Amino acid sequence: MKKPATLDIDAILDDQGTRIIVCCGAGGVGKTTTAAALGLRAAERGRCVVVLTVDPARRLAQSMGLTELDNTPRLVSSPEGGGQLFAMMLDMKRTFDEIIEAHADPERARQILSNPFYQSLSSSFSGTQEYMAMEKLGQLRRSDEWDLIIVDTPPSRNALDFLDAPERLGRFLDGRFIRLLTAPAKAGGRSAFRLLNAGFGLMAGAMTKLLGAQVIKDLQTFVSALDAVFGGFRQRAEMTYQLLQAPGTAFLVVAAPERDAMREASYFVERLAEERMPLAGLVVNRVHVSPAPALSAARSAAAAEDLESRGEHELTAAVLRLHAGRMQLTARESREQEHFASAHPTVPVVQVRAMSEDVHDLTGLRQIGDLLATA
Amino acid sequence: MDSPDTDWAGVRLHVVTGKGGTGKTTVAAALALALASGGRKVLLVEVEGRQGIAQIFDLPPLPYEERKIAVAPSGGDVFALSIDPEAAMLEYMEMFYGMRSAGRALTKMGIVDFATTVAPGFRDVLVTGKTTEAVRRRGRNGRRIYDAVVLDAPPTGRIARFLNVTQEVAGLAKVGPIKNHSELVNNVVKSPETAVHFVTLLEEMPVQETLDGIAELRAAGLPAGGIFVNMVRESLLPQAALDTAVKGRFDAGELVLGLKAAGVADGAEATAMAEALAEEVVEHAHRTELEKAERASLAEAGLKSYELPLLADGVDLAGLYELAESMRTQGAA
Ligand SMILES: Nc1ncnc2c1ncn2[C@@H]1O[C@H](COP(=O)(O)OP(=O)(O)OP(=O)(O)O)[C@@H](O)[C@H]1O
Ligand SMILES: Nc1ncnc2c1ncn2[C@@H]1O[C@H](COP(=O)(O)OP(=O)(O)O)[C@@H](O)[C@H]1O
Ligand SMILES: [Mg+2]
Ligand SMILES: [Mg+2]
Repeated sequence: MKKPATLDIDAILDDQGTRIIVCCGAGGVGKTTTAAALGLRAAERGRCVVVLTVDPARRLAQSMGLTELDNTPRLVSSPEGGGQLFAMMLDMKRTFDEIIEAHADPERARQILSNPFYQSLSSSFSGTQEYMAMEKLGQLRRSDEWDLIIVDTPPSRNALDFLDAPERLGRFLDGRFIRLLTAPAKAGGRSAFRLLNAGFGLMAGAMTKLLGAQVIKDLQTFVSALDAVFGGFRQRAEMTYQLLQAPGTAFLVVAAPERDAMREASYFVERLAEERMPLAGLVVNRVHVSPAPALSAARSAAAAEDLESRGEHELTAAVLRLHAGRMQLTARESREQEHFASAHPTVPVVQVRAMSEDVHDLTGLRQIGDLLATA
Repeated sequence: MDSPDTDWAGVRLHVVTGKGGTGKTTVAAALALALASGGRKVLLVEVEGRQGIAQIFDLPPLPYEERKIAVAPSGGDVFALSIDPEAAMLEYMEMFYGMRSAGRALTKMGIVDFATTVAPGFRDVLVTGKTTEAVRRRGRNGRRIYDAVVLDAPPTGRIARFLNVTQEVAGLAKVGPIKNHSELVNNVVKSPETAVHFVTLLEEMPVQETLDGIAELRAAGLPAGGIFVNMVRESLLPQAALDTAVKGRFDAGELVLGLKAAGVADGAEATAMAEALAEEVVEHAHRTELEKAERASLAEAGLKSYELPLLADGVDLAGLYELAESMRTQGAA
């Protein structure tokens, strides 16, 4: 089978036209690590970079000085050569609050911010984190303070939630239930009358029984307040979406060489193509390698068995077993990657081997950066 | 029929949480089998509509209905239920208010969609409500229908919110039926009949998340159960060899002799191969050392802990029974 093209990371980082890099992929595969490693490498190659992380491992965050969630970029390092690395951790609630404050008059903003439904929505709506990551990206880009923005994406269950979240929130606010709640207030009673005919009384009764009268009232206040600022929301989401499609953006799909993660990666690649988002390539992270690849799993296991049956060289036998297991794993991982390559032959790929230790400081990130660039 | 010799003898609701992808669904399924064995009746519940139970037991998608899906070792039945919040709401409206058609109409209006979006607390209370109802349910003879209920729960990051429904709903509904319903749930979830188990791997992030999750649970007054350390690799090498390898003093000389004896390689080739293998041993020893450190961190939580082997060929039905057996021998069920 033809080997896929190698993804040239340095070419992407060195291209001054690259303004945004988005790292996406299944949870736990190394998106945050890759994003941070790319940021450090780009800064060390002279670019002024900000990395927007969502959920860094605690020790990694500490080593980057991200001990506070303050929603603004902090300088992490200024390597020789004029580049700079900034990093920030997303505070989704704060980001949401800021949008409300920017789009509503103070009185209405206060009403929304103190509403229990807003508090629930802004801290636990399943797409809020994704949505706010995209919102923050838009803000960083508009500020034009950095020439490269690297975004890490939240560990969503649904791969491209960060693309779908704005639309979902929009659909929700356009939903029939919401319309029903806001209708009387909006159309000066006329539509309420129409709905009455459609059995609104029954509905209102059921809802009141299910939720209680106070809840309905809070909801109505919330929805009509939010509705008034939503036009602004939608416009911003639209702008960010276009930003993602622009030529200065590069998507990197990150995966581990395991079935679920590779499947998710395939899905990402397809979705990105559908949305006409520019895919740069696939990073296969945490690939296992053996220092003794010439000795196959089968030969190693056979030799171990031979020694065991003769009752000799116990330690060597155990080491051969260990090696056989390692070779089986590498074979399985290669197979997963081949599957992907045959389904997506044109996607450039780079591999990063599994380190024996977690990555929690700049040295570790630099090492990952080297592996990304010199595969 | 309780077996007082197991670690969770009085527990009727087993909630299984953990970081994404660590094996919550797998462990919940195996635990259900383990608890059922010896003639008991166990309900396995899933709440995220992902049909993980059907997948793992190799069945067509489960409906919103309790049905028998497996027979446990030495008798005993595992039933399964995939809770769909929408169906749970219809059932709730009918049961408490006799309002089936109004419920249907609300569903059509997208109220469930709405609830999941803006107020997940509402959705959670429906789901946990259904689960705890199954825990409390009694037959005509006054005895509980299920000896135990196992819940394949949301991940660690959401578990405290998910279970702490009264708190979650309190801000939204200070009085009214939802509030009352949430109190019923609360009575079960915070009682000694409930245990929240954590699934983790011996890796830094899942362990950290587990410890944070346990702390959060305790702060919320929810009962932490046991820790299931999943996908544990058996150690093939003797401890002494690992110790020397970690110190960087592993001697490849012994391997050279062994490789020659096994006829794998000779001469310079044998030396080169032995050195490469020694490098592999050192790496393995380092990883084992890290795992030991993660075990030690977990031990600080002061919970019972169980280790489940990494199944080389992935999890199939036979693998599930193997995990269940392992749980039983360790006293988890
Ligand atoms: N002991 C084990 N040995 C080998 N493979 C395992 C083991 N436990 C789980 N797995 C595999 O790991 C993967 C994740 O497991 P599972 O789906 O149970 O995790 P989960 O925590 O429920 O994931 P999610 O967060 O997506 O719900 C599956 O492919 C499963 O087969
Ligand atoms: N190549 C690698 N080798 C070893 N550990 C890695 C590697 N890449 C990532 N990790 C570790 O894996 C864990 C998950 O990585 P993270 O970047 O947080 O994943 P994600 O953001 O995709 O959820 C972290 O503990 C990280 O240090
Ligand atoms: Mg991450
Ligand atoms: Mg699962």
